[in-house]
Amino acid sequence: MAPTKTASVSGRKPAAKSAIKSASKSSAKEFTGKNTPDFGKDQDLHAYREMLLIRRFEEKAGQLYGMGFIGGFCHLYIGQEAVVVGMQMAQQEGDQVITAYRDHGHMLATGMSARGVMAELTGRKGGYSRGKGGSMHMFSKEKHFYGGHGIVGAQVSLGTGLAFANRYRGNDSVSVAYFGDGAANQGQVYESFNMAALWKLPIVYIVENNRYAMGTSTARATAQSNYSLRGSGFGIPGIQVDGMDVRAVKAAGDEALEHCRSGQGPIILEMLTYRYRGHSMSDPAKYRSKDEVQKMRSEHDPIEQVRLRLLEKGWATEDELKAIDKDIRDVVSDSADFAQADPEPDPSELYTDILL
Amino acid sequence: MPIDILMPALSPTMEEGTLSKWLKKEGDKVTSGDVIAEIETDKATMEVEAVDEGVIGKLLIAAGTENVKVNTKIAVLLQDGESADAIGSPAPAKEAPKAEAQAAPEEKPAAAQASVPAQPKAEAAADPDIPAGTEMVMTTVREALRDAMAEEMRRDEDVFVMGEEVAEYQGAYKITQGLLQEFGPRRVVDTPITEHGFAGVGVGAAMAGLKPIVEFMTFNFAMQAIDQIINSAAKTLYMSGGQMGAPIVFRGPNGAAARVGAQHSQDYATWYSQIPGLKVVMPYTAADAKGLLKAAIRDPNPVVFLENEILYGHQFEVPKLDDFVLPIGKARIHKKGNDVTIVSFGIGMTYAVKAVAELEKEGIDVELIDLRTLRPMDLPTVIESVKKTGRLVTVEEGYPQNSVGTEIATRVMQQAFDYLDAPILTIAGKDVPMPYAANLEKLALPNVGEVVQAVKTVCYK
Ligand SMILES: Cc1ncc(C[n+]2csc(CCOP(=O)(O)OP(=O)(O)O)c2C)c(N)n1
Ligand SMILES: [Mg+2]
Repeated sequence: MAPTKTASVSGRKPAAKSAIKSASKSSAKEFTGKNTPDFGKDQDLHAYREMLLIRRFEEKAGQLYGMGFIGGFCHLYIGQEAVVVGMQMAQQEGDQVITAYRDHGHMLATGMSARGVMAELTGRKGGYSRGKGGSMHMFSKEKHFYGGHGIVGAQVSLGTGLAFANRYRGNDSVSVAYFGDGAANQGQVYESFNMAALWKLPIVYIVENNRYAMGTSTARATAQSNYSLRGSGFGIPGIQVDGMDVRAVKAAGDEALEHCRSGQGPIILEMLTYRYRGHSMSDPAKYRSKDEVQKMRSEHDPIEQVRLRLLEKGWATEDELKAIDKDIRDVVSDSADFAQADPEPDPSELYTDILL
Repeated sequence: MPIDILMPALSPTMEEGTLSKWLKKEGDKVTSGDVIAEIETDKATMEVEAVDEGVIGKLLIAAGTENVKVNTKIAVLLQDGESADAIGSPAPAKEAPKAEAQAAPEEKPAAAQASVPAQPKAEAAADPDIPAGTEMVMTTVREALRDAMAEEMRRDEDVFVMGEEVAEYQGAYKITQGLLQEFGPRRVVDTPITEHGFAGVGVGAAMAGLKPIVEFMTFNFAMQAIDQIINSAAKTLYMSGGQMGAPIVFRGPNGAAARVGAQHSQDYATWYSQIPGLKVVMPYTAADAKGLLKAAIRDPNPVVFLENEILYGHQFEVPKLDDFVLPIGKARIHKKGNDVTIVSFGIGMTYAVKAVAELEKEGIDVELIDLRTLRPMDLPTVIESVKKTGRLVTVEEGYPQNSVGTEIATRVMQQAFDYLDAPILTIAGKDVPMPYAANLEKLALPNVGEVVQAVKTVCYK
């Protein structure tokens, strides 16, 4: 294992600076996307913990799916952990998060409980939606997490509405809307870009470019594969970010959130990332080579990068990292036990929560 | 404790598969994420990854074994310091938790199944009393709608209007006339022509707690936005286990105007009224338009409010009251009668009202019910009436198949079969895209003569 020290993702060096700077003439600021200050010890330890929690949680979810406890679709976030963890480290209390169906990581990052998420995956009473939403549809008002949406692209307009509400109320919050490289081709995304730019809405649009939409690679689906440029027709600046490096994500997140909070309107962050697993549990992922996956895993793994840093800098010993790992395994096992033992929702729940 | 590795289900439907290949052998060290085996399912060859760390203690199922049931123990993983001796003899396939986790209906005898709970009955309040001596003011539906919005915007800072041409232009049909002047551009928001997008923005704002009124220039264009109305607005409350919903009103003219052809003339009453999680209102009179729009804006649920361009200019009496709010979900008996029941709503009422007058001349005493709300539908009022008259005709402009009328007919047949003295007749638009030619357009819409004839038919006259 030889993780690269540079901030670039293999084979996909962020595009030249000139191409990714603000597309808006009126915006004085230039976004570099290369501003990757090192983390301090606490930050690295925090990022390590958070990313590992997501990784272990997803592995466990995959296992429970295999055992038949989780039904239907189940989209794992393994490989993409640095994106939500880095963004969460940049956000402040009150910022809203909204995403699509690959949402377990986003929820854990916002601080939603592993038990509540896992129990929703198993369709149990103690799940965040009391078992009525499932893997793709979960919400937490308390953590400002607005779902969990199964219609590709819908969350982009909804997230723009959250930003509209922030502006309407004159508060300081920013909406953070995640969507995939596939979703980026939906029409409503551009309808939303237009309105967000027109009304200077505080929203960070995050394209999680994991190179595939189900079995379709970006090369086969998109005429402009530099997604950070997708806002240029609306004057929305964009930054391409190494989404496998949590520091790069956090730094870009800081820039983007500051841009929004200072009233300059929306911004796009294209996170160059990768999903290790298939699209959902039943996808054998035959559309890409094993080498491609293996290379990402061994050279760019977001968690391994932090782990090596922690060891190299002497910020943690192997034993200490093992202890963290054990803690996290305990949290995840506990959530799995809970999610298997918790009862299914009462039949009377069938007709509740339809109307207020 | 050694960890059992089980044969996984790798699709929602997989029950067994072939363990085609082991990629690790006994004694190999594995960490989470390592591929340990390949499994052939009914659809594809899939890789099995290790979830836990350890050393492969024993492979229990040989490579190449077919029909390995899901959840069979296939290998054992040893933890730090454990030896292979810790492994007992290979256990038989563990009882699949699948069966207990997922109550597959066909596996259980009918009696053991949890019974489906009864659908709760929606009780709608009665209309408020209008104090004697209240001044009645002749008002157009257009003014009534505007007044309703203005009053609610004065009352609640979270209410705002958005849509195409609602602000500067004062509304494509002048329903938002004067609102920009009174409330300013923050609360009266002109949008680009972007129905899908602004419907989503409205729902997002509603999820954040605002109370948007989203105007569609006409509901024909809301087809672009129907995904956000149904998948996002109507379903979020349920999918979030009650945590958040969308207090939003989608309103605008619906159905045929005049001579605008097929793409601008569709009635969506039956489309939206099928959706759990929505309320659907379709008023006829100005008083109902005002009282129900105020109720819709206050309602914490998503409400689809279907207006009609032709009715905008019609005048009706509206009580002059500070706060005139009507209950959503309550039908109104437009005229009492004893011989036959007509049920209609929205612009359908214009045909019904005229037919009732003609029939009166012929000695047929019609009870005319204006549904006003299509969802939740006030069926009890209809059933009560049918119990009295024994005869029912429904009138609407929409397409005839799966219409609101056929829904009412089904439910009356189920709930009041013994009271019926004649088959229920449903009058609707014809089963054609709206034609442009004046004569054909007239033929495509229902007409008073058809209503009169239908009533006579059910009265055997
Ligand atoms: C409107 C719509 N069309 C199609 C689908 C089916 N579908 C679900 S996920 C998906 C691929 C989306 O890929 P991407 O946006 O790149 O996100 P990723 O899965 O990579 O996270 C498709 C086509 C859907 N859910 N919604
Ligand atoms: Mg993708």
